[in-house]
Amino acid sequence: MGQTRPFSAQRLDRPHANRTGRGKTLVVFVTLAALIFLVFMISLDTGVIRLSPSDVVKTLFGVGTSRSYLILFEFRLPRIVISVLVGTGLALSGCILQSVTRNPLADPGILGVNAGAGLIVLVSAALFPSLMGSLAMPCLAFAGAALTALLIYVLAYKRHEGVVPTRLVLVGISIAAAIDAAILVLELMLDPDNFQFVVTWMAGSIVGTDWNYVLSLLPWLLVIVPFVCCKVRVMNVLNLGDAVAAGLGASVERERIWLLGAAVALAGSCVAVGGGISFVGLIGPHLARRLVGARHERLIPAAALTGALLLISADTLARCIIQSTELPTGLVVAVIGAPYFLYLLARHES
Amino acid sequence: MHAYSDAVVRSQGKRRHRAFAATWVIAGGLAALTLSVALSISVGADHVPLPAVWNAVFHFNAKQTSDQVIHTIRLPRAAAALLVGAAFAVAGSLMQGMTRNPLADPGLLGINSGSEFVLAVCMASDPHMPFFGLLMLSFCGAGLGAALVYGMGSLSKGGLTPVRLTLSGAAVSALLVALSQGIALYFGLSQDLSYWLAGGLSNTTWLQVHLMFPWVAAGLIAALLLSKPLTVLSLGEDVAGSLGQRPGLIQAAAAATVLVLAGSAVSVAGPIGFVGLVIPHLARFAVGVDYRLVIPCSAVLGGLLLVLSDLGARMIHPPYETPIGAVIALVGVPFFLYLTRRSRRGL
Repeated sequence: MGQTRPFSAQRLDRPHANRTGRGKTLVVFVTLAALIFLVFMISLDTGVIRLSPSDVVKTLFGVGTSRSYLILFEFRLPRIVISVLVGTGLALSGCILQSVTRNPLADPGILGVNAGAGLIVLVSAALFPSLMGSLAMPCLAFAGAALTALLIYVLAYKRHEGVVPTRLVLVGISIAAAIDAAILVLELMLDPDNFQFVVTWMAGSIVGTDWNYVLSLLPWLLVIVPFVCCKVRVMNVLNLGDAVAAGLGASVERERIWLLGAAVALAGSCVAVGGGISFVGLIGPHLARRLVGARHERLIPAAALTGALLLISADTLARCIIQSTELPTGLVVAVIGAPYFLYLLARHES
Repeated sequence: MHAYSDAVVRSQGKRRHRAFAATWVIAGGLAALTLSVALSISVGADHVPLPAVWNAVFHFNAKQTSDQVIHTIRLPRAAAALLVGAAFAVAGSLMQGMTRNPLADPGLLGINSGSEFVLAVCMASDPHMPFFGLLMLSFCGAGLGAALVYGMGSLSKGGLTPVRLTLSGAAVSALLVALSQGIALYFGLSQDLSYWLAGGLSNTTWLQVHLMFPWVAAGLIAALLLSKPLTVLSLGEDVAGSLGQRPGLIQAAAAATVLVLAGSAVSVAGPIGFVGLVIPHLARFAVGVDYRLVIPCSAVLGGLLLVLSDLGARMIHPPYETPIGAVIALVGVPFFLYLTRRSRRGL
């Protein structure tokens, strides 16, 4: 990018900025977890039909009415679990991307994940309206995302050089621009009903609302998150720049492929289930970095927690702000996330 | 940054070569531009042969229909395309120079999202807003967006750094876009808003061109005046400071110029993306990193790209207009990809 030094390296060579104490990190983790739990409980209570906290607790322990059981276990819980998983996945994906491309603005959207998935959703909405809302949709969206990411990677790859981060980002942006243009052309041809569905999907409303979606998303996270955790040291090293990383003995190109693959798989599966939610991947890692510093062994879990908290709060708000017309969660993420992000930006020194 | 300073060093030896290249780009660009403007005037539902175009422009005859068509529809449209393209491209050059971010484009300053937001609010509150009002409000929205981005960015303790400007731009844009999408979804305006987002130059009138011209002209002149300090600034703020410049002042002036250029272009043609991102790269590729050469080249190339794309927008699928953003992507993306692959350091 345009900066002289990678943004986190700037942090690394200012000792006081990086020596966030162990105690403070622990406090941050515990606070985030507690907040997630709190919002989780509130989220279970709220919705078109309100349940009192005691009802919720009773139902969770198996002594509630069949009606509250139905509401909680068939409607609310799966959606809440999905929003937590999607938030975690997207924030992690953004975190990996920001480290690997050393671009503080990178988010899964840069790899064309949202655009590719959006195009497929749009085309299938136009051709096979019956598919909408079925489990096939996420599979298609995932295929679109993965294909686009692969295309971007292949186009950014050059023999002897591999994938230089700047080129990856530039190619990503231009491919996304091309797909967005195609989306725009197609959108203008759609009939109003399908159009509304697609627009809502792309604005990021949680699509999956039953346990099947949870089951289809969970394996991805269960495989990739541990993998990412194993790679924290590699990411610390990659952050120092290609030359330094190679000098320290990392096989830069291979590690980059693996990490990018992990980021795409995370983002693709999450977008497939959660719709085109874009802001979490950008802002989650930034917030986490402000809280615990740039070392990945702390940053990665913090980003996961921040992303989960952001999305579960946004989803809860989306359901209760205007109850008749549900707002897409992605919009609420931006509306609550952006001001806080700006506040952080204003408060901190560079 | 690396690529930039390296290129600066390399370009020292090639100074004369660069100036020569710039002359070629500008002269060739202007010739191509004249030709494409002539084509743009002559091609359409009613095909007018080129000699007749010449006559209509220089010996206007009010009795002839083709002359009327040319005068009231095609000429203003071509002129608007030219101005809009030049404005976006130069605004992009300024943005990339001042933020030292090769990916910056005018959209990042909150200009597109600001006018989208204001338009969404207006469409929701008064669906029968006259066109002229929308135009003015869109310009105000662009100003609002830029003021928010700039204000939020400079509120911070350490002052406005390029990274912070970019981050604050991304955050403010996300916020404004989300708000306007929310409004659009709630009031059922999404499709109307999409039409505006698709951009385009159909129904451009002389009134719009007259309104836009002074702003764009002033912006272009300001950009030329800023080009020398901007070249120094693109070496880094520390360097610029030690060379006796006041980076903050230059950045503020450049931001104001971007607002004027991109704001007026957006209010006439909608948020046409990609021009502001691609053309500056193209210009730098041809003439190096001296912004005294980059800016005029960007203006010419941007105008050319937009006139050609507008021509394409009318010809691809007549009698319907293809959204101009799509045409630009069709032409621009493959070329841009080719460039990113060719250049050593990924531009």
